Amino acid sequence: MDIKNIKSQFPIFSKKINNKPLIYLDSSNSSQKPLSVINRLNDFYSNEFSNIGRSIHTLAVNATNKFDETRISVKNFINAKSKEEIIFTKNATEAINLVASTFGQQNIREGDEIIVTELEHHSNYVPWHFLRNNKKALIKFAPINDDGDIIIDKLKELITSKTKIIAVTHLSNVTGTIVPVKEIIEMAHKKNIPVLVDGCQSAPHIKVDVTDLDCDFYAFSGHKVYGPTGVGILYAKKKWLEKLPPYIGGGAMISEVKKDKVLYAPLPEKYEAGTMPTAEVITFNESIKFLESIGMDNLMKHEKEITNYALEKLKKINSVKIIGNPKNKAGVISFLIKDVHPHDIATILDEYGVAIRAGHHCCQIFHEKMKLSATARASIGVYNTKEDIDILVQAVENCRKVFNLK
Amino acid sequence: MDIKELYQDIILEHGKSPRNKGKCKGYNHEAKGYNPLCGDKVHVYLKLNDIKQVENLTFEGEGCAISLASASIMTELVKGKSVIEAKKIMNDFLSMIKNDTVIKSNNLDEDQKTKIMSLSGVKQFPMRVKCATLSWHTLNSAMEGKKDEVNSEAVD
Repeated sequence: MDIKNIKSQFPIFSKKINNKPLIYLDSSNSSQKPLSVINRLNDFYSNEFSNIGRSIHTLAVNATNKFDETRISVKNFINAKSKEEIIFTKNATEAINLVASTFGQQNIREGDEIIVTELEHHSNYVPWHFLRNNKKALIKFAPINDDGDIIIDKLKELITSKTKIIAVTHLSNVTGTIVPVKEIIEMAHKKNIPVLVDGCQSAPHIKVDVTDLDCDFYAFSGHKVYGPTGVGILYAKKKWLEKLPPYIGGGAMISEVKKDKVLYAPLPEKYEAGTMPTAEVITFNESIKFLESIGMDNLMKHEKEITNYALEKLKKINSVKIIGNPKNKAGVISFLIKDVHPHDIATILDEYGVAIRAGHHCCQIFHEKMKLSATARASIGVYNTKEDIDILVQAVENCRKVFNLK
Repeated sequence: MDIKELYQDIILEHGKSPRNKGKCKGYNHEAKGYNPLCGDKVHVYLKLNDIKQVENLTFEGEGCAISLASASIMTELVKGKSVIEAKKIMNDFLSMIKNDTVIKSNNLDEDQKTKIMSLSGVKQFPMRVKCATLSWHTLNSAMEGKKDEVNSEAVD
């Protein structure tokens, strides 16, 4: 597959935004969808729809098999050991909440400590905050430096005999920092502390191997991986899923229900109560096939090239300041333009058909640490090209002109 | 639509050098406003005299050009007006931004009308309406002596 022509697989890029071709640089927020994914959703609803699990008619059996096929694809995609370790949720946020809630219920007592970092998205902080409130646990923040790298030595110093879990992002959605999670996991495991990795930004952009990382939990969302909304994925080591209590109760997650007792279903159904986003999960298989057809190595190489090109071009503009300078950076570029507020930047860029995000990107802890109220963020996906970056740069250069600034 | 309809010179100038910034002396009403989507914050300080007239009005805050200009223009327009007149101007402003109506208030001179109307381009940028309206809702809250912070997501 020619990665340069990948845009042609995404119908949205044939549309005009504000009479301009769409330059989509908001993939950290959510990715656009290739035709194969869009068609699969339509196809499933048109020709194959049934709920999964209980019924024994032909359509139900087919849908159940297809649902299982996605689970196997996900298992292979992140190199988990077994498909029972893959749980579908509605999004990554729910996946992290599942862990915080069930792990917390069983393992967190008053005074226990949870370590997160200053890079975390709100979805990898607020679920732990619930435990701080409900269980009187303590949350410690591993600090970052001005480059946007987690100071690993400081994180190490935060670990005590009361540390019960460490929750850390794999890839920052603000600075693009690729976090050395393997090192953190090794360090934590020496003290028998489990680690949850927020993989929302890593799953779409770097090759992920949960067996190699040896993480206890890894959460990501399908819609950032060129898939439909409504699909979140929790990978968890089998020992945890067997040991932890269920999260949501209802149909499908039980094996036997009596007036005086309820027995739960085996994995993975134990954690998949009620009707799941059946069509979306089945469709998600096409997203993984799409990535496999490109190859994660090719994807990473391409995105690295585009990211470096964008950084090089943006750095040449005197009024532009790039936020963070991490040792290992993926295609997430947060920036400021002197005297132009990020929201104004986003509005002006939109006029060029350039879609970026402005604000705190659900990372208020990071922005507070960096003494920023908001940043503009251009984030790269597999479909972006150097031509996209040229238009971004032209639009960025024009921001100050709109503002009558030199 | 042209981006310059949104970023008119009056807005850019007020955004760059907002008037009446800071905490005014002797303020007897205040309110805070917050837009959780973008992190914009505004703090309005209001001095009302015995006959319910706005003797002084200032603000502190950070935000985009639209939000700063709107707050700055608001302080200029409302200062010296009675609370009842101030509310009329506010309603005129909100109606202009949301429903594209004309300014009806008789209490603004031509120069003031030009200033308030410079913000009318915002209505074509739905995602930016709250940037323009937050300071006005916050002023309303201050005039009414409400205690809770104004949350842009909870007001129209």
